[in-house]
Amino acid sequence: MIRKTVANVHEALAGVENGMTLMLGGFGLCGIPENAIAQLVALGVTDITCISNNAGVDDFGLGLLLQKRQIKKMISSYVGENDEFERQMLSGELEVELTPQGTLAEKCRAAQGGFPAFFTPAGYGTEVAEGKETREFNGKMYVLEEAYKADFAFVKAWKGDEAGNLIFKGTARNFNPAMCGAATITVAEVEELLPAGSLDPNQVHIPGIFVQRIFQGNTYEKRIEQRTVRQRD
Amino acid sequence: MLDKNRIAKRIAQEVQDGYYVNLGIGIPTLVANFVRDDISVEFQSENGVLGMGPFPFEGDEDADIINAGKQTITTLPGASFFDSALSFGMIRGKHVDLTILGAMEVAQNGDIANWKIPGKMVKGMGGAMDLVASAEQIIVAMMHTNRAGESKLLKQCSLPLTGVGCVKKIVTNLAVLEVTPDGFLLVERAPGVSVEEIKAATEGTLIIKGEVPEMVLD
Repeated sequence: MIRKTVANVHEALAGVENGMTLMLGGFGLCGIPENAIAQLVALGVTDITCISNNAGVDDFGLGLLLQKRQIKKMISSYVGENDEFERQMLSGELEVELTPQGTLAEKCRAAQGGFPAFFTPAGYGTEVAEGKETREFNGKMYVLEEAYKADFAFVKAWKGDEAGNLIFKGTARNFNPAMCGAATITVAEVEELLPAGSLDPNQVHIPGIFVQRIFQGNTYEKRIEQRTVRQRD
Repeated sequence: MLDKNRIAKRIAQEVQDGYYVNLGIGIPTLVANFVRDDISVEFQSENGVLGMGPFPFEGDEDADIINAGKQTITTLPGASFFDSALSFGMIRGKHVDLTILGAMEVAQNGDIANWKIPGKMVKGMGGAMDLVASAEQIIVAMMHTNRAGESKLLKQCSLPLTGVGCVKKIVTNLAVLEVTPDGFLLVERAPGVSVEEIKAATEGTLIIKGEVPEMVLD
């Protein structure tokens, strides 16, 4: 067994520097690497490029990094829940690259799986395709999209073991699996870190080969963005 | 003229037994409330769940189980969770049978614009571009005119496009229309709405063939 465990979030983020490109898992505030984000704030790294489907809300998630002006560029599919984001985008302080959600996921998976690029129909004929190669296959038009290159990927899983194997829960899975192994160093934080042998190999979602560092996360807030309920009869 | 719930009710008639369906935010979300209960349908949410159920009972919310609108949800027997890449594989690979979404503008050639208004804060396209580029069947749910009273069914979209030549059917507060090579074919009228009213509210070419029936909603 090859051990991937590190003692804490400090060790997990060793080597993160100004100007790096970081991938961060999560959809809205669901399944975000809360501990890694807090540590990025503590480290005070600046001029970072974040690849993340969303940009958090004003006071949580990537919003915490925006508050401190640590982000130079955001690559996302939807950024609508954050006033500070809007202010920095409109003032030109923050560079924003909007990418269709499925393309964003696939650009991660391509990096993970060793594809330099792929063709997708998403965005053909729109401004997303401007400046990109297009090609016809079987009578339909496709846009060439390139794999991401990132220095670190920060993902969050439900359970993990010392070997770096991961299991996700519910829709907190989202972008996390595709980001594992899609950057030079993948750092996984988990709600429950277990000894090797505790996870059934049949149930592992992401094998530890895609993970360089794993640590036990602390105090997950798991904030709900839209609490929707129905009344009991 | 239909309200949002009645638009959703009419669209629900298009959902067939055995369909996997992706619902967008807004009127499309309401469609789930009107699907016949004697057919089997599964709702997909692109953040990674198939077999979505209703909102949870108060106290049962789980932060780890949400839909693409970031709302807390439940799952039904037979449901599954998956990652975003696989989710869009379902969409891109045409395994999802029907996509229902809103729009700001639809053109008579099937182009759709629903993500960006120049000069306003751009929130992003989310999964809309992937959905419209891939779905076999796309139904647009929208009001026939915008708040300024201008037609949203146009010869050509004026806003930045989400996708080209992809919309097949549109259900508005006034009518059901199909996109054809010659323009918008008027298929049904909303109860009490005249062909003349629909003509006046449609900027694109409107094709009227014989008597246009009223929608049957109840």
